[in-house]
Amino acid sequence: MKLKDIEKEEFYRASYGCAGCAAVLAVRLTIKVLGKNSVYVVPANCISTVSCYYPQAPFFVPFTVMAFAATASACSGISAGFKRRGREDIHVVGFSGDGGTADIGIQALSGAIDCGNKFIYICYDNEAYMNTGIQRSGLTPYGATTTTTPSPCFENRPKKDMLRIVAAHDIPYAATACSSYPLDYMEKVKKASQVNGPTYIHILTPCPTGWGFPPDETIEIGRMAVESGVWKLTEFENGEFRTTYTPKRSRPVSEYLAAQARFRHLSPEQVAAIQKEIDAARD
Amino acid sequence: MKKEKSIPGPVSKAGTIPTRMGTWSTAKPVLKGKCTFCLFCWVFCPEGAISQDEANRKVTFNFEDCKGCGICVRECPTKAIEMVEVEGGR
Repeated sequence: MKLKDIEKEEFYRASYGCAGCAAVLAVRLTIKVLGKNSVYVVPANCISTVSCYYPQAPFFVPFTVMAFAATASACSGISAGFKRRGREDIHVVGFSGDGGTADIGIQALSGAIDCGNKFIYICYDNEAYMNTGIQRSGLTPYGATTTTTPSPCFENRPKKDMLRIVAAHDIPYAATACSSYPLDYMEKVKKASQVNGPTYIHILTPCPTGWGFPPDETIEIGRMAVESGVWKLTEFENGEFRTTYTPKRSRPVSEYLAAQARFRHLSPEQVAAIQKEIDAARD
Repeated sequence: MKKEKSIPGPVSKAGTIPTRMGTWSTAKPVLKGKCTFCLFCWVFCPEGAISQDEANRKVTFNFEDCKGCGICVRECPTKAIEMVEVEGGR
């Protein structure tokens, strides 16, 4: 896929999202790949909040707002309905946040993958419940401050590995992506749309409001996350994990941590411990 | 013809945009330097406020959608885009 081949028409415009929001960028890129022949299911998350100010509907494709825990089951049901009507060419996409995937919606996701209906489940991961005021979620990384884990007693549990949880269901296709690598992400969405079965894509979307950095650094922070080894771009297919992008240069994790206000309280020893963990995972 | 059933609750037609977000920005991007048509600004713009002119291939900014986040300025490889402050907002 090349930049000039991408659809020029915009299908997601003028949302109430914060300036520099990567989740809005992820929605925009997704609809560009799948085109008008797609249906979206959005639970309670940032995307439904910034989209649904009645009568505002910035999606230029059909979409519905679903209960928090029911994104994947709604996708599965809509997909089964389309199959019954002989419209298997329509892509059903669930667009859920990290809390709606890893905490509240994980049971529905597990069940829907087990059912085997064709849908794409996209988890945009901004590492906390950003929409309701930056509360800790299961995907908040070690060391981050949120409003429920404030500075002296910061988040002390590691991030859940959602890709491995989903891969354990023997899913036909699963992948991780980052909003700073749009072509890599769009190729993964394209690949997922061609699979006849449930697919899962986990995209890291830096959040200027919750992570504490200026809005113009959104893309740079995502790039730092991949180059420092905090986030990896991989895909799972035919029972095997494969790295899709290896960064050309590697950066120390301290650069990534120093760029964000949520890691400001970490001592040099704690940063060294995080670096040691990443180095161990890399080898 | 069969009459369509009305759906209860607030339902909007897809693609209804009564308000524009351009009023949020305190600065706006302006193309000043040499554009190499790489389209990095276009693909990274979260709002889809950048489009390419078909005639001379240069990028143009839609200030009705632009929130002034400055990602295009930051990501331009030739540093051709500059942020210009807007007096008292718009």
